[in-house]
Amino acid sequence: MAKTLFEKIWDKHVIKTIEDGPSVLYIDKHFIHEVTSPQAFKGLEQRGLKVFRPKQVVATADHNVPTINQHLPIKEELSRKQVQTLKENCEKFGIELYGLGHPYQGIVHVIGPELGVTQPGMTIVCGDSHTSTHGAFGTIAFGIGTSEVEMVLATQCLLQSKPKLMRINVEGKLNKGVVSKDIILYIISLISASGATGYAVEYAGSAIRNLSMEARMTICNMSIEMGARCGMIAPDEITFNYVKGRQFAPAGKAWDEAWAYWKTLYSDADAKFDKEININARDIEPMITYGTNPGMGIGVSGHVPALTEIDEKEKPSFEKSLLYMGLEPGTNIKGKKVDYVFIGSCTNSRIEDLRMVAAFVKGKHKADDVEVWIVPGSKQVEKQAKEEGIDKVFEEAGFILRQPGCSACLGMNEDKIPAGKYCISTSNRNFEGRQGPNARTFLASPLTAAAAAITGEVADVRELISTALEVE
Amino acid sequence: MSKQINIVNSTVVPIKMENIDTDQIIPARFLKATSRDGFGKNLFRDWRYENDDEQQPKKSFPLNNSNYTGSILVAGKNFGCGSSREHAAWAIKDYGFDVVVSSFFADIFKNNALNNFLLPVTVSDSFLQNIFDAVEKDPTASLEVNLKEQTIRISSSNLTEKFDINHYKKTCLLNGYDDIDYLLSIKKEVEEFEKHLA
Repeated sequence: MAKTLFEKIWDKHVIKTIEDGPSVLYIDKHFIHEVTSPQAFKGLEQRGLKVFRPKQVVATADHNVPTINQHLPIKEELSRKQVQTLKENCEKFGIELYGLGHPYQGIVHVIGPELGVTQPGMTIVCGDSHTSTHGAFGTIAFGIGTSEVEMVLATQCLLQSKPKLMRINVEGKLNKGVVSKDIILYIISLISASGATGYAVEYAGSAIRNLSMEARMTICNMSIEMGARCGMIAPDEITFNYVKGRQFAPAGKAWDEAWAYWKTLYSDADAKFDKEININARDIEPMITYGTNPGMGIGVSGHVPALTEIDEKEKPSFEKSLLYMGLEPGTNIKGKKVDYVFIGSCTNSRIEDLRMVAAFVKGKHKADDVEVWIVPGSKQVEKQAKEEGIDKVFEEAGFILRQPGCSACLGMNEDKIPAGKYCISTSNRNFEGRQGPNARTFLASPLTAAAAAITGEVADVRELISTALEVE
Repeated sequence: MSKQINIVNSTVVPIKMENIDTDQIIPARFLKATSRDGFGKNLFRDWRYENDDEQQPKKSFPLNNSNYTGSILVAGKNFGCGSSREHAAWAIKDYGFDVVVSSFFADIFKNNALNNFLLPVTVSDSFLQNIFDAVEKDPTASLEVNLKEQTIRISSSNLTEKFDINHYKKTCLLNGYDDIDYLLSIKKEVEEFEKHLA
């Protein structure tokens, strides 16, 4: 019988299905971090349980870590305690920890792929909604709550109901200045912040196939922002070439066997999806959000919707959102002044993102009254950026290259955007207070964020890359 | 945490807003605890207080309106979207709610709620509107949620709707069972399965 990519992986991992209930799904890899794991470990202790398969668990510290002076103790007491608790739990339960100071430390969804821990065909979970990132490798990867973290630690299994299946096809060549972040912001703006709830989404089509692994991760990362249980892309030569030779990737005979299996991971030609959406890549322009959920996005040359364009029922939320953002309905977004530029997060902090920004800003300097933070996704990304001289480009542009962590994506660590200030951010959420109480967020691609860094306002990057540079 | 749910009969707290994300329910800066307790005092923190100050409650926010009380929270569609933080479910439960009613829940939140014996009840758009209208007319209007019968009833009008919940989860909630108890009970099957994976 014809199967989708999702079904091939799902069926292989279902141990059994409870009658009129969920299935028992076996989990291959479990990533943990300091914020959503302490209560799970405490639960294990209270039940007198061990971690069932500690070698299938990988830990790092990312949400609470400072991104300057990481060699010093964390100043904030509760953050320090949470990071310390993770260290103690990992020691106690025999889990590998890539904590602060370790050469592999970084944002959990950056380090998994770059270490080769993430491999096609796996089931992967983490107590973090952006676990969908790993779906870029053709995996079923999704975020879970702390009770579920405890279940996976204790049994390497979860009870899950099979989601519905959606395929989103993006065909054609991308316009100048349009990158993968724009594709996903466009999709979410099209189907809304709840448009894929209940679905596992597969991204397909020539525009997706032509993307690098980093770019594919950006797309899968934001699947949760339209409510999807997970997002995935069938693995291909680009995927295999990325994985090959990485620290924890299979090698030798094991590689040959894995590779033979991975090549079978695609949706069969006549496989059935519950819903299919077709998008022409030509319709996508550089995107930016104006509101307080990721579905509130527009092309950078567009305008904030007028009240007449909004459904009656949605008006209270829409008006609250614009009031928070300090924007008027019906106005242009281009030219809006920004105070901060944040390039980082599990969405856009990989080496390719930093290269893209460096290629664009080389020889330019940031606007005077803008503060620009570049936060690499991992120690390895940081190291590579320095080896390639990207750090020098940033320094000359007046950007600050910080140390790896979640940073200003979530207003939890020291990196917060002050109240009332506007930040153009390559992260994934523009929720009220997400980057700090009363901070205002515009989500955009690394290129569009870099353009704002140079001009000091929301700019159309296409007007800045006309002849000197072609950034695909 | 009270385990087991069957019938909840209560007045409601209505938050007539759509797409309420878990960052609003509990902002990230309050996720630094290493226990599950005490999150209720920071529930909807930034919607509840001006300047992050408990001495400055925002009068217009329903949690600060003494007309609205009870153990049922009612909110607009796509409730609990965004971050997977279970702290959101803990905060709602810890504040004193046993049921959340919306026309649509985000997946991860729904699972987290169920794992904490906080019952998410999905109703139709029109029924949700009927609840908001009833409470607007009379803040003491109450709802009766009956898990066993899978019904929700607006007491003042007797308007009733059936709601869905999978049979397994319903059994867990009615009896106070955790998923983890079940998973631990099939350990041998898991070990057997592992031999054939790879």
